[in-house]
Amino acid sequence: MYGWLLLLPAMALLALFTHYPALANLWHSFQSTPKGDRPAAFVGLENYQQLVEDPIFWQALSNNFWYALGTIPVSIALALLMAVWVNDRIPGRGILRLAFFTPTILPMIAVANIWLFFYTPEYGLLEQFTGALGMPSHNWLGSKNTALGALMVVTVWKESGFFMIFYLAALQSMSPHLADAAAMEGASRWYFFRRVTFPLLMPTTLFVLVNAVINAFRLVDHVVVMTRGGPDNATELLLYYVYEIGFRFWDSAYAATLTMVLLTILGLVALAQFFFLERKVHYQ
Amino acid sequence: MSAGINVYEPRGVGRALETTGAWILGVLWVLPLLYAFWTAFHPTEFSTHFSLSAPLTLANFVTAWHAAPFARYFLNTLLLVTMVLAAQLVLTTLAAYAFARFEFPGRNALFALVLVQLMVMPDVLIVENYRTMTMLGLKDTITGIGLPYIASAFGIFLLRQTFKGVPRELDEAARVEGCTPLQVLWKVYVPLARPTYLAYALVSVSYHWNNFLWPLIITNSVEARPVTVGLQVFSSTDQGIDWSIITAATLLSTAPLLIAFLLFQRQFVQSFMRAGIR
Repeated sequence: MYGWLLLLPAMALLALFTHYPALANLWHSFQSTPKGDRPAAFVGLENYQQLVEDPIFWQALSNNFWYALGTIPVSIALALLMAVWVNDRIPGRGILRLAFFTPTILPMIAVANIWLFFYTPEYGLLEQFTGALGMPSHNWLGSKNTALGALMVVTVWKESGFFMIFYLAALQSMSPHLADAAAMEGASRWYFFRRVTFPLLMPTTLFVLVNAVINAFRLVDHVVVMTRGGPDNATELLLYYVYEIGFRFWDSAYAATLTMVLLTILGLVALAQFFFLERKVHYQ
Repeated sequence: MSAGINVYEPRGVGRALETTGAWILGVLWVLPLLYAFWTAFHPTEFSTHFSLSAPLTLANFVTAWHAAPFARYFLNTLLLVTMVLAAQLVLTTLAAYAFARFEFPGRNALFALVLVQLMVMPDVLIVENYRTMTMLGLKDTITGIGLPYIASAFGIFLLRQTFKGVPRELDEAARVEGCTPLQVLWKVYVPLARPTYLAYALVSVSYHWNNFLWPLIITNSVEARPVTVGLQVFSSTDQGIDWSIITAATLLSTAPLLIAFLLFQRQFVQSFMRAGIR
């Protein structure tokens, strides 16, 4: 019973702010939003009907999918490349580690402000650079075709250095005898990386992957600062849409319904991690 | 660590290529930051105009500091991260101790319930948590910002791993000498977990210093806003587009964390690593 007592405070808060809201969210997604003197009423699947017919929801879902697909592999590949590079004893590797890692500890909102300026039409550094090359002026965040891509660059910039340190830690804990043995057998560097290093890094890759997926659905601070979902919903991500519906239009029932989609996605990630990836990766 | 020379480390041309590649990427990586520093430390007319003769100035920082109640915002953030960390340390320590060293019915089920929060973070439960905070009367308070994060699954998980690594003999020796379970926790487990505590503290502080969306939703007054929200309010309202001042404000709001990071780089990086390796 002592164990129960020790757990009580943490479990109570966890229940109040994680388990209860997840369940209450489900319940509220079957209700209408209370308006004026009309209290919330049970409406069955009406909100889900609205969801299916809402083109902005579908756009947000597909945006988020492309956003995840665009940022996750690039961040992971860059993180691995950075880690391999700064693990070798190249000149100035201490400074390089610092350069790669610094964006990680900055708030996303500050990062977004800095990049907003970087992307500014005509004045921004990017414009000055492309202008010097004779390219026409382009509003990166203001045009439908490039806005989401511009946000992805920011995410990759912020995340890669974070993932790098996990790869670096894993590389440093790898036995040098492996490389010696492989070299004795005449394996090339690339072959050694592909057949030995990369498979041994699999647990790290899984950890980083799960984190990256969660972040792709959890972090929308830069959308708030840089585009507010625009232009023309081109950068509408799911959580940002929840925020808009819930706290700008104050439609809490529909916001709860949208949150259910997010929770379902995160649940699927958890299941995938538990049943599929975890088993394929552990062989020690 | 990297004691022996890796036989696969490139030499000659390969090494030169790798170094060049790494440095190009490194320069690309710091460019946005350097640009921000340039803009913040020079007069507005030089903000997008690079010249070696451009005079350095702190005027942008002074203007930004006086244009919004940043002192109050910093105080709020400081209160927030301190309160959250202190409460987290107590609650997660007790819970981790229970999971690591006590047998009781339902332990595994409860642990699974804790792990749920690793996936379903308060960050995505904003709609319902807002409702709860309204009911509790904690809207627009610093407590309201921090409360959903205090029972941290991540902290419980991390400390449980560490506590499980503490040799049983130490635990038993302390009990033989008449220590109560709480005294054992305090005298044996907590001191041995110091590196984990440091790691967790750094991760927690930087997370809550940087957190934005939930504080934005739950606060609406100067008295409760943390510095991230204050910065957003400041840069999105009628500043015109004086980028020099906005950039100065941006750097200002990250300065304490950035300086701490530069001073204690090694601890930061090792803490983030430790927190990630499970």
